[in-house]
Amino acid sequence: MSEAKHLIQQFVPVQASGLLEKVQDMKREGYRLGQACAAKEKGEFHLLYSFDKDHVLTNLKVKVPEDGVIPSITAIYWPAFIYENEIQDLFGFTFKNLSLDYGGKFFKVAEPTPWNPKSEV
Amino acid sequence: MGKRTIIPFGPQHPVLPEPVHLDLVIEDEKVVEAIPSIGYIHRGLEKLVEKREYPEMVYVIERVCGICSFGHGWGYCKTVEGNMGIEVPERAEFLRTIWHELGRMHSHLLWLGLVADGFGFESLFMHSWRLRETVLDLFEKTTGGRVIFSVCKVGGVRKDISADGLKEIVDALAGIRAELKSLTDVFLDDYSVKNRLVGVGKLSYDEAAELCAVGPMVRASGIRQDMRLDGHGVYGQLDFEPVLEESGDCYARCKVRIREVFQSIDLIAKAAGLIPEGEISVQAKGNPEGSFVARMEQPRGEAYYYSIGNGSKFLERMRVRTPTNMNIPAMVKTLQGCDLADVPMLILTVDPCISCTER
Repeated sequence: MSEAKHLIQQFVPVQASGLLEKVQDMKREGYRLGQACAAKEKGEFHLLYSFDKDHVLTNLKVKVPEDGVIPSITAIYWPAFIYENEIQDLFGFTFKNLSLDYGGKFFKVAEPTPWNPKSEV
Repeated sequence: MGKRTIIPFGPQHPVLPEPVHLDLVIEDEKVVEAIPSIGYIHRGLEKLVEKREYPEMVYVIERVCGICSFGHGWGYCKTVEGNMGIEVPERAEFLRTIWHELGRMHSHLLWLGLVADGFGFESLFMHSWRLRETVLDLFEKTTGGRVIFSVCKVGGVRKDISADGLKEIVDALAGIRAELKSLTDVFLDDYSVKNRLVGVGKLSYDEAAELCAVGPMVRASGIRQDMRLDGHGVYGQLDFEPVLEESGDCYARCKVRIREVFQSIDLIAKAAGLIPEGEISVQAKGNPEGSFVARMEQPRGEAYYYSIGNGSKFLERMRVRTPTNMNIPAMVKTLQGCDLADVPMLILTVDPCISCTER
């Protein structure tokens, strides 16, 4: 019996340099952007881009480069501006070519970039 | 091109129960662009995961939203259970499904009241919220709470509902069905209501897909997208099929929610008829380790719960992506080209929950 759709966990590692190409492929194949977020796991930061097709999830896991600069996917999936601005505000990473950039003022947080890796020493 | 003016809309506005700000660029009476701005009530609940042990976090995540609180609690438990490989007893999954569908009724009836209030039909607002009280009373009888329930826990649920209790739920909902019908007929047939909703804020099938919208927003544009189709809970046993409309306007969004209220009554009755005897929880042993992404269909649409465990009692990361996050781009898009007078109605039919969005 095949695994129930809600239990399928696909995490695909992707280099930041190859992100746009991979996301472009996903778009071409009819995937819908579900969410994007940043997270720390075992001391390393990554971004997780979740895509849905026919109620099955595929997650692209991108290790954040040392300079904290990631290519924006907003030219491919415009709604990603919500997530990329959120990540900029909370983690302090930078998205290159972000189509709608709030310049760190999307969220009005009391403490700037509370998850910023540079402040977590 | 006429003269352009920027009108600030919100964060405080009579149709907005919660603060969101929009810069509306208008030309004469038409909106040509809407620039959203949020962050007025950012609470940092995700960050609390560093200070609360994973069994306690369910209480925090329930407080992401005061309307779909049960669903958030379930979503959190689902991601942690996935992380720990816990198999939840079937009776608990039935009970979760019943409470979740009651939550959908509660949310949609609340929304119907708000939208009626928005277009100035006060008696319709009062009747919507009067009927919603029946659902809140059922929550209170079965969980002890009317807003925050605290019945979901990692491994199952804390409280059972007896056979008499289930019968009472089914009877109570059947009892208000006729009243719901006469109430919702006004939303669907009254000329003054239709005048405010039909043809307003259209989102086509292609636009909804391109903007990655979720929930009733996308189903009103004809897209068959509903996370209850992925088989979680016991939806797979209830012959669930999502409610779809085609026209993609404010009226279609209203109609989807109304039809979903009646669908929830049917789903609850089916679940109450099929629920097996048995345990309502299993003990969670050990601590979460690894990653798991869970999804739920909240009343407002698809929600994500991404947890990372490191083998300790504290999760390393807990991410909640709520439906409104994903509907903001669609809201901005539908505002473009609408009449200024339609802006409140259009925003209301997206059913934005800013409290959810800001977590």
